[in-house]
Amino acid sequence: MASIITMPKLSPTMEEGVLAKWTKKEGDKIQPGDVIAEVETDKANMEFPLEDEGVLLKLLVKEGDTVKLGDPVAVLGEAGEDLADVMKEVGQKGAQPQKKTDEPAAPPVAATVRAETGDREQGDTKAPDPTRAAAKSVPVAKPAPASKQAAARPALSVVQAEPANGNGHGRVLASPFARKLALEKGVDLKRLSGSGPHGRIIKRDIDEAAAHGEAAPSSLAYVPSREDQLVPASQMRKTIARRLIEAKREIPHIYLTADATVDRLVEMREQLNDSGTGTEGAVKVSINDLVIKALAMALARMPDANVSWTAEGILRHGGVHIGMAVSLPDNGLITPVVRDADVKSIGALARETRSLAERARAKKLKPEEYSGGSATVSNLGMFGVREFVAIINPPESVILAVGTTEKRPIVVTRDGHDVLEVARRMTLTLSCDHRVVDGVLGAKLLGEVVKLLEKPMGMLL
Amino acid sequence: MARLSYREALNQAMCEEMERDDSIFLMGEEVGHYQGAYKVSQGMLQKFGEKRVIDTPIAECGFVGVGIGAAMTGLRPIIELMTWNFSLVAIDQIVNNAAKIRLMSGGQFKMPVVFRGPGGAAGQLGAQHSQALEYMYANVPGLKVVMPSTPADAKGLLKMAIRDDDPVIFIEGERLYGVQGEVPDGDVVVPLGKADVKREGTDCTIVSWSKMLTVALEAAEVLAKENISVEVVDPRTIKPLDGETIYQSVRKTNRCVVVEEGHGFSNVGAEIVARVQRNCFDDLDAPIERVHRMEIPMPYAANLEAMITPDVPRIIAAVKRVMYLPESKPESKPQSKVE
Repeated sequence: MASIITMPKLSPTMEEGVLAKWTKKEGDKIQPGDVIAEVETDKANMEFPLEDEGVLLKLLVKEGDTVKLGDPVAVLGEAGEDLADVMKEVGQKGAQPQKKTDEPAAPPVAATVRAETGDREQGDTKAPDPTRAAAKSVPVAKPAPASKQAAARPALSVVQAEPANGNGHGRVLASPFARKLALEKGVDLKRLSGSGPHGRIIKRDIDEAAAHGEAAPSSLAYVPSREDQLVPASQMRKTIARRLIEAKREIPHIYLTADATVDRLVEMREQLNDSGTGTEGAVKVSINDLVIKALAMALARMPDANVSWTAEGILRHGGVHIGMAVSLPDNGLITPVVRDADVKSIGALARETRSLAERARAKKLKPEEYSGGSATVSNLGMFGVREFVAIINPPESVILAVGTTEKRPIVVTRDGHDVLEVARRMTLTLSCDHRVVDGVLGAKLLGEVVKLLEKPMGMLL
Repeated sequence: MARLSYREALNQAMCEEMERDDSIFLMGEEVGHYQGAYKVSQGMLQKFGEKRVIDTPIAECGFVGVGIGAAMTGLRPIIELMTWNFSLVAIDQIVNNAAKIRLMSGGQFKMPVVFRGPGGAAGQLGAQHSQALEYMYANVPGLKVVMPSTPADAKGLLKMAIRDDDPVIFIEGERLYGVQGEVPDGDVVVPLGKADVKREGTDCTIVSWSKMLTVALEAAEVLAKENISVEVVDPRTIKPLDGETIYQSVRKTNRCVVVEEGHGFSNVGAEIVARVQRNCFDDLDAPIERVHRMEIPMPYAANLEAMITPDVPRIIAAVKRVMYLPESKPESKPQSKVE
């Protein structure tokens, strides 16, 4: 009996996934554990393994389709099996109640499974088209699912030029030279109607438009296309947006800022790194690694701050797990977590942060590697930022924003006299969830961090 | 500067070169005592004697081969083909020997031979004697293909062809022999592989050569009276082709029409179109147009011959298409369009 394969939950916060790539095709034999697809979740690209055995009879969604959790993606069974019944079931599973009947039927980019099995069996798996589906009459015996076939979810917004210059092509037709000339003269091709064949915009049209003042101000001559563009948001970007809004709305943030003198820290880091030079497997320790270590040790010493606010009560974390914000090449952001950072040696910690960061950029992190933190370190020092405030990453209750390490004048007392000296300083800003971390507790935590950074040998114990 | 006919200019080129270098000789059908089938070699037998101006039997494959052998052994033959149509019986010698010996001998043999004679249709000569065969020879690596359109180019290019150490296919215009033009006196040469802008203009580039160039210039003259400024580029050497001069022109005019006498499929015009679109893509305001002979062996009847051959009205129509201008009525003669 054929069975329907649905979109699994591949990350703790996943609600839908983009089927990035089918790694098996229709007709392939599947052994338990075989990966049939790669799925882009809100966090990472995940492998989609099957636990069953059989033949992959039908792929129900295209690569690039967005599929909600639990929606059908494929059919597994035995070779040559009749799919009529299971496809009917697929139709029902895929169907969702429509909210408004007068909603325009958008062409679904998302995977949609039509109710009529008939359409499916005609091999029309590639281009779901609700208008065509509607046009085909449904066998009388089957419930005509007028509402079901409109299961089309709102499509992902797609970059698309609006129907242009009435030529009926939905895009601008222009000769290569007209395009070049339009760019030089600042003429918007979309506003022109072409006088060439099929409405093609030609040199003459650009010349006329420029002569009639369609052109941009001359000082802006040769400005490349500066139109607004709507680009689809990635799953990760959507998650970032949602979670940051939640954090900023739900959590009453307070911000505490302090400076640390980090000459010794810098010196210690140099010594640590020098000591390993030439040794196989030696790891380079970064300032950020040392800040993570300091925050972890401070939290271990102040367990009252190593907590989370929950509806049921205040959750005291058993271990100290520090997230580190990593920006990704495609404009994403993720916080892999160093577990038990307070008890790990600095070397182990540095090795781990490097591995986590590399795998984060490759989108190869496992879900447990970017969840379950109790605090986060966010460092913009490498960009020359002196100080900033960060938004707490729920359900954590503190986040430490780390500024750049720079030489600054400071006043110190020598032999009873105040004198100006130069020291390496770093500004740290701790954001606290005031529901669980009050100002005094936060200040003590931050003070502990500063103390560890200023007397870094303490972190070697 | 003297006013000479195209045939006189060719004659002058050969005579000057033969006076300069006694390894040069002329060989072909009727080149000596008959003074040349088209009188190109007029007076040369008297001037250079029978050892250097040699009449041959009607055996192209044989005397073309003799020319190739002579070139391999140090002479610089000029082999006259009565027309290029007759080269087809000698094509094995040209394609398999002349074009390849230099490469196959690892450069031990040079091939300083010129094959020359008239090409193209000359009016009611029938299907077998009206062909424009430059595309065939231009397709063969190792051959250079030269096609002068004016007396001055004829002289300057033939001198350079004779001096070239590679085999040169020198195709004269059968209907150009009587054309008069100013020709520089003395040893003035035209380099191979260099195109010439025969008429300057701003609205459209016509690329054409040999006899068709003169037709293109006529069309340009008619269009000028309609305020359409046509630039006419003459490649002069088909291979190696001077693309850059053509590109510069198209970048200026943004439009291009290629006019050739031969058939369209796989012809030189197709190569020029390919290169222009590749190199001038962003400068083209319209698809490149081609004007060429219709796809049929040349009929004998004069009216049918005229019908399938590129002419002024068809060139004008093509220029108007690339300029997105309404076409003139087909029945009207070009002159009647002038206002």
